[in-house]
Amino acid sequence: MRFWIAVIPLVLFAALAGVFLTNIGKDTSVVPSALLGKPAPDFQLPPLPGRDRGLSRADISKGEVSVLNVFASWCIPCRAEHPLIKRLAREADVPVYGLNYKEKDPQDGVNWLDELGDPYAAVGMDLSGRTGIDFGVYGVPETFIIDGTGQIRYKHVGPISNQVLEEVLLPKIAELKG
Amino acid sequence: MIRRNYSLFAAFVILLGLHAAPALAVNPDEMLSNPKLEERARDISQGLRCLVCQNQSIDDSDADLARDLRILVRERLVAGDTNEEVVDYIVERYGDYVLLNPPLKPETYILWISPAVLAFLALIAVIAFYRRKQREDGAGPKSLSNQEQKRLDEILGTSQDRS
Repeated sequence: MRFWIAVIPLVLFAALAGVFLTNIGKDTSVVPSALLGKPAPDFQLPPLPGRDRGLSRADISKGEVSVLNVFASWCIPCRAEHPLIKRLAREADVPVYGLNYKEKDPQDGVNWLDELGDPYAAVGMDLSGRTGIDFGVYGVPETFIIDGTGQIRYKHVGPISNQVLEEVLLPKIAELKG
Repeated sequence: MIRRNYSLFAAFVILLGLHAAPALAVNPDEMLSNPKLEERARDISQGLRCLVCQNQSIDDSDADLARDLRILVRERLVAGDTNEEVVDYIVERYGDYVLLNPPLKPETYILWISPAVLAFLALIAVIAFYRRKQREDGAGPKSLSNQEQKRLDEILGTSQDRS
């Protein structure tokens, strides 16, 4: 009995320490996506003003791996991330689509791309944010990797970094391309 | 005089406190004209986490996404969804994480059951503690014999009869 009284707190402490150790450095603000491994939602978005191609579910389920990047001109981290999206489009050799999320003025998205460059194969304009909600978007930027059947296979929340690009996204895309 | 001012001030502060009802994030233009539906919408919103601020419900939050979700909840209600259907619609997109009240399922068994288990263990510990104490009390030192008591009285210089 006495032995157990001495040992139980030690075991509990070790267990808690183990839990904390595995969680250290984990970003608690990242919410696990409910859509991983599920088909992307159906959507049909109009093009940016002055362009003739919008974005719909057909684009992301054409039998090839693709990337969908949610961005907005009012989103500062998107600006920081943009050069990496360009690099992703160059290096991954898959179409990168843009979902322009909740602009106050439709023209804002166009101006933003004119200023920073446009790496997107096509951009859909989600003024209401409803398609964003269907994708479970809760903070821009977000980046989805979608396989040829239109299934969401990976989601990155927040701006991608060099490290995320090189160590997560590019390998994941290469793996899906097979 | 100063004292009186203080009590006036205190009364003022208390009155202010009474008026400080929680601020409403729900804008009047979002509200439904049907009070029954609006009440259901408020009910549902209070159980859904705002994913931007995370420790607020979408009913409390001023975040843009919370507003969009509030409007979405109301739209689904107007379209004739039941409360469960509305919640399922949101959960389908954002996962169980949006529920401020986690559902009971295998992944959350620990969460729901551990308080009961801990309370039970604590109860056992308390019972064990008192049992042991009782046993020790019973087996405590014997009281003084008559002779010892007499000797003690002599030392203390008292001669009252103790029984």
